[in-house]
Amino acid sequence: MHHKDPPWMTVAIYAVLLIFVAFSVYPVLRVVTVSLRPGDQLHSRSLSIIPEHATFASYVTLFTKTNFLRWLMNSAIVSFFVTLVGVCLASTAGYSISRFSFPGRRAAMISLITTQMFPATMLLLPMFLLLRSLHLWNTFGGLIIIYSATALPFCIWTMKGYYDTIPSSLEEAAAIDGCGPVSAFRLVVLPLALPALVITALFSFMAAWSEYLVAAVVLSDKRLYTLPLGLKQFQSNFSTEWGLYSAGALIVAIPVMVLFLSLSKWLVGGLTLGSVKG
Amino acid sequence: MTREQRIAYAFAFPALAILGLVVLFPFGYNVVISLSNMGMKHFWNWRITGFQQYWSVFSEGIFYSTLAKTLIWTAINVFFHVVIGVSLALLLNRPLPGRAVIRTLLVLPWAVPQYITALTWRGMFHYEYGAVNLVLDRVFGLQGVAWLSQPVSTFAACLITNIWLGFPFMMIVALGGLQSIPAELYEAAVVDGASRWQRLWRITIPLLRPVLVPAISLGVIWTFNNFNVIWLVSNGGRPSDQVHILVSYVYRAAFNLYRFGYAAALSMVIFGILLLFSIRFIKGTKGTEAVY
Repeated sequence: MHHKDPPWMTVAIYAVLLIFVAFSVYPVLRVVTVSLRPGDQLHSRSLSIIPEHATFASYVTLFTKTNFLRWLMNSAIVSFFVTLVGVCLASTAGYSISRFSFPGRRAAMISLITTQMFPATMLLLPMFLLLRSLHLWNTFGGLIIIYSATALPFCIWTMKGYYDTIPSSLEEAAAIDGCGPVSAFRLVVLPLALPALVITALFSFMAAWSEYLVAAVVLSDKRLYTLPLGLKQFQSNFSTEWGLYSAGALIVAIPVMVLFLSLSKWLVGGLTLGSVKG
Repeated sequence: MTREQRIAYAFAFPALAILGLVVLFPFGYNVVISLSNMGMKHFWNWRITGFQQYWSVFSEGIFYSTLAKTLIWTAINVFFHVVIGVSLALLLNRPLPGRAVIRTLLVLPWAVPQYITALTWRGMFHYEYGAVNLVLDRVFGLQGVAWLSQPVSTFAACLITNIWLGFPFMMIVALGGLQSIPAELYEAAVVDGASRWQRLWRITIPLLRPVLVPAISLGVIWTFNNFNVIWLVSNGGRPSDQVHILVSYVYRAAFNLYRFGYAAALSMVIFGILLLFSIRFIKGTKGTEAVY
């Protein structure tokens, strides 16, 4: 499909690509650099990637002298439950929308898409007031419920799209063998939908792990802070703790980045399909 | 109700219940608040006051200036996302040693959690020690800019940050689209003597449209709604409370200024704008589907 480029063009293409690679990689490298600086060099005007006298001191301080471990635990607890709820609810609701026709099915699908158009800050205020009256404000429970619901539309779409590719003759065969609808779903369909379940799980996890805004409104007790709120604290004052911030940011971001890069193909598929098919 | 419908409802119920509690109910509640005088003075003893808050939204100048900033913000961002993303996809869509590695490195900005991107770039825009000014000075010999001390330059800093994190999405979508264009079309065009340039504008771009249109509409909604970058890079709209787009101003009005009714009404207006845009866009997409 492609015709051979003249050599000068190949060189030009590499040059342009490498400029953009530098643009996208440099900020990440910069965080690595700052996280490795010794304490007396944090205000340095050096541009070298590996700083002079590189040290892991910031990482040690992060784990021993700050609340980083607590934030890590808090984020892990919240993300775990969000993932659990997300997988359970999206796998069943997606199945219902994919397999059955029932009054309200189309309305449910359209509302799922409409939620994606809500202004990011619209539901914060009513949710804040609602959580307060349910005594869920400033608790993990409140945060988990909100996160689960915000990740759900995308997850339901992904699950529905995947179920659509599994032939329903499998369930019919199971029914002939005496399986009820619930056990046909559990024993026949669900194992086949494993790839979609994995994507749903990882997406829910990442949504909860990286969320700042809702956490800022729901949590006020510093002992309950999740990672985004904690890392922001390093920056909030006039004297920013750059070494600590950078070390923390890397520890938090690297697992997510690895997950994301391995998933990006499916995420794009889900997003664009979800928006095209009304 | 048939047995099948009962099963369908049973499967869908838990998800719909939680969405009802967390999305639908607050949405209705938001409508009520937008019609009330809820605020610092009337937090518990609020009452319905009709469309007064909507009147405030449309009669205060801040709405129009913030709307203008939001439109500029969205237009510049999406423009650069699409131009950079599609250009890189075109360059990558050929046999090239190291292609997979380059592709992965270019997707990196999208993979970083957004709040970390924003906080990191905020640090890089520091006047004296930030990497941006150091690179400008050492590599290009240019004078540094006091990025975060003026509203306009802070806005530019937010734009650069958001362009950085947004182009990979368009690139991936465009790459997917390019790979689905049949090779015969190009071969036929070459036989007919079409130049590189003609092949780009007559074959590639028109055939990318059906993939790019939904991606762009999604990009517009995301950018219009992007609270994190504006809020975290400018540290809450500073300097002089000027660096806002509509969604960040809603947050400020609700949680810093305690104008609850006003914030709810403003939210409804933003939602209306996004809904109108999306309906138009979905109709437009259907129109283009018919062409191809």
